[in-house]
Amino acid sequence: MSKIDLKSGAPEGPLAQKWDSYKANMKLVNPANKRKYNVIVVGTGLAGASAAASLAELGYNVKAFCTHDSARRAHSIAAQGGINAAKSYPNDGDSIWRLFYDTIKGGDYRARESNVYRLAENSVKIIDQCVAQGVPFAREYSGELANRSFGGAQVSRTFYARGQTGQQLLLGAYSALMKEVDKGKVTLFPYREMLDVVMVEGKARGIITRHLHTGEIERHAADLVILCTGGYSRVYYLSTSAMNSNVTATWRAHRRGAFFGNPCYVQIHPTCIPVSGSHQAKLTLMSESLRNDGRVWVPKKKEDCKKDPSQIAEEDRDYYLERKYPSFGNLAPRDIASRAAKEVCDEGRGVGESGKAVYLDFAAAIKRDSESVVREKYGNLFDMYHEITNENPYKNPMRIYPAVHYTMGGLWVDYNLMTNLEGLFCAGEANFSDHGANRLGASALMQGLSDGYFVLPFTVTNYLGTYAQELLKKVETSHPAFEAAEQNVKDGINKMIAVGKKGKRTPSEIHRDLGNVMWEYVGMARTAEGLKVAIEKIAQLQKDFDENMLLNDDQNLNSNLQVAGRLADFLELGALMARDALAREESCGGHFRVESQDEGEAKRDDEKYAHVAAWEYKGKGAEPVRHQEELKFENVKLSVRSYK
Amino acid sequence: MAAHTTSKTINIKLKIWRQESVKDAGRFEQYSLDNVLTNMSFLEMLDVLNEKLLKEGVRPVEFESDCREGICGTCSLMISGQAHGPVRGATTCQLYMRSFENNDTITIEPWRAKAFPVVRDLVTDRRAFDRIQMAGGYTGAKTGPHADANAILVPKDLADRAMDAAACIGCGACVAACPNASASLFTSAKIAQLSLLPQGHPQRKERAIRMVGQMDKEGFGSCSNLQECEAACPKKISIQNIAIMKREYLFAALAANFREGMGSADGGA
Repeated sequence: MSKIDLKSGAPEGPLAQKWDSYKANMKLVNPANKRKYNVIVVGTGLAGASAAASLAELGYNVKAFCTHDSARRAHSIAAQGGINAAKSYPNDGDSIWRLFYDTIKGGDYRARESNVYRLAENSVKIIDQCVAQGVPFAREYSGELANRSFGGAQVSRTFYARGQTGQQLLLGAYSALMKEVDKGKVTLFPYREMLDVVMVEGKARGIITRHLHTGEIERHAADLVILCTGGYSRVYYLSTSAMNSNVTATWRAHRRGAFFGNPCYVQIHPTCIPVSGSHQAKLTLMSESLRNDGRVWVPKKKEDCKKDPSQIAEEDRDYYLERKYPSFGNLAPRDIASRAAKEVCDEGRGVGESGKAVYLDFAAAIKRDSESVVREKYGNLFDMYHEITNENPYKNPMRIYPAVHYTMGGLWVDYNLMTNLEGLFCAGEANFSDHGANRLGASALMQGLSDGYFVLPFTVTNYLGTYAQELLKKVETSHPAFEAAEQNVKDGINKMIAVGKKGKRTPSEIHRDLGNVMWEYVGMARTAEGLKVAIEKIAQLQKDFDENMLLNDDQNLNSNLQVAGRLADFLELGALMARDALAREESCGGHFRVESQDEGEAKRDDEKYAHVAAWEYKGKGAEPVRHQEELKFENVKLSVRSYK
Repeated sequence: MAAHTTSKTINIKLKIWRQESVKDAGRFEQYSLDNVLTNMSFLEMLDVLNEKLLKEGVRPVEFESDCREGICGTCSLMISGQAHGPVRGATTCQLYMRSFENNDTITIEPWRAKAFPVVRDLVTDRRAFDRIQMAGGYTGAKTGPHADANAILVPKDLADRAMDAAACIGCGACVAACPNASASLFTSAKIAQLSLLPQGHPQRKERAIRMVGQMDKEGFGSCSNLQECEAACPKKISIQNIAIMKREYLFAALAANFREGMGSADGGA
């Protein structure tokens, strides 16, 4: 099988001029012609809503699809802490270069320089855009915007709206979207789940959807398709992602030929509320912003672990992040803080009933600044913690443990955010592009909005301009490619329903088992041996799914049928993640191979692995093919990532 | 010390609204659930019930939820007569079984409002909110270069009040709790946010007229100051916003009727 040497297609020239040079040379579509083109946007989170609104403002006809009743409910809404931007308002030495550099370094030198630099450039415009929309960012008494710090940076560049930044940014993008719905430039398709991409003569020309309430399978044609369908954390069953977050849209595109980039790069967030029982379907994050003031510790002695924390003397506490990483301290990046937590718990120094938790302690901050100052900054997060655990974090330290939170991997895209399939674009968390092997805090919101507001409007126009005449020949939904794709979707559903009549195991049970396998073997520490076990175990679960799943057969609104359809894709993805992790015999960012370490710190192998792995689907059960895109670092020097 | 490490169990009875579709008549069905851990969330309890029903060959209860951390506004249950249940300032997904006693009977219904038709069981169609938002819940700023963000100064108290209003999650508890099924709290939260901020001023009159008009058109009732909405709101959105909405609407309506001499609707706030 011949391997493809993938290219980003970024313009030549100095890094800081690439994006300007792209825009100066891109193909345009004149305003009168824009209304002749139809664009499908799947997903209405930050990337999807901002892209759909911006493309409609340009004059294109947009069809936007979401699974909810309203675009406002996408999971971007749950992002708490903030959004980075190189505004340098605090006068503390920040710049576009420094945000670029921090992001490349934070990603452990596994992201593309050109994309990340463009992201840092766009960050500045995003804040201006959101303020113009009426996003109520936190402000100082002067009336100016406030900033705070996040992990992996030594400057304050994070803008926020209390602990609800994602909500406010999404409502901003949603309001822009609804403005265009009102004008008739966007047609909303709520309650729809995308189940296939339709390729006609080598180009993406439409999608097949299922109406979640009526069960109707529908065909939608357009001149290009943009997937903004989020990440795949729920392959682990327990994660901070929403119940309905899934990989189905991007996985079905993958089955049609789109390459999947770096599937093993997963972010495990250090500050989540620990697991409390098998009934749980989802975990809750405590914002990283808490690490601005909270100190992370465990007892030095194992025998102290079951004691009341107030009974453990100061000298018997191990503030391990401050000890190991003195210059970044409690604000060490997420991958490093998570691994450090796992390490102390594995040593037997974890706290709480399960021994799988560490303390996040605000006593020092409360003593220094008063309880009311702490309440002003983090009140809603403290309340949330209190509600879930029934413990008062103003009195007792919080107990936290890492949980799966974000996926850096996703569909491979070029500099245009286009997959290897022509006319199929992918943006936001759904693509693989900007965060390398680890994402810094407050950078997901930045990427989603950069892609949607300030990248796709240009690259989509360039694509339409390039194929202007060809795309004016409209494809009808009666085309045989639509017929075949619809049949494929129907066959899949009918097969599940047929099995479901005689099976014994519920979709949630199989999903929970898959999650346990993924967490155990494809989680925070991975070994060649364990990854092989994971592949075998997933194959067994696939068999359960194919032969022994229990379903109710309602063809209309049926939550179990939705869960089962998504599980089908998670099972295949889980196996691919294990394969990808096995093939990458180095540690980098969130991908930690036990065999490749330097006294507990991740050890990269730049000789062999300074590349993106992009996997090609070869059919169910068949061995996928691993292609590569070499990463060239012309502006930053590859070095050992140190936060000491 | 920690309740979630020392969970106890309770036995409960559930009276749940079952309805095949909007066309069918609904009815209550009774279910018993034993050994429910008190550190389970309410929705996790329903997950457990549904797994049990599926195995018994009974169609599971359809209900909506997504983020399960109180921010997406998807979950929407009327629990023993209270929107989102007995805990104030919390969504259904943030309600825990420790709020209930052993042998309690818990009634679960969908939101009841003409503008929110029942789709199935506990799932309602809340797209009427989207149509209200569509009628002007935005500033009109297009994507593109804008003045530097700090060129617009907003006094901190106004920014904070705008944020208080903007915290609305669009769940519809306000409508469900209101005897008139009024959407005033929802609509006013958006109108107030944008009238408090200078960015919202250019279209404020049109916004007030259109959003209030759409709210009426959807079949929501009027506000008669009963304050049930504020009590049920999981985000504790204040009914002061309704006062702001009424003033915005009044100014806008007067300005439309007496264009001359009433050009000052942009003042105040």
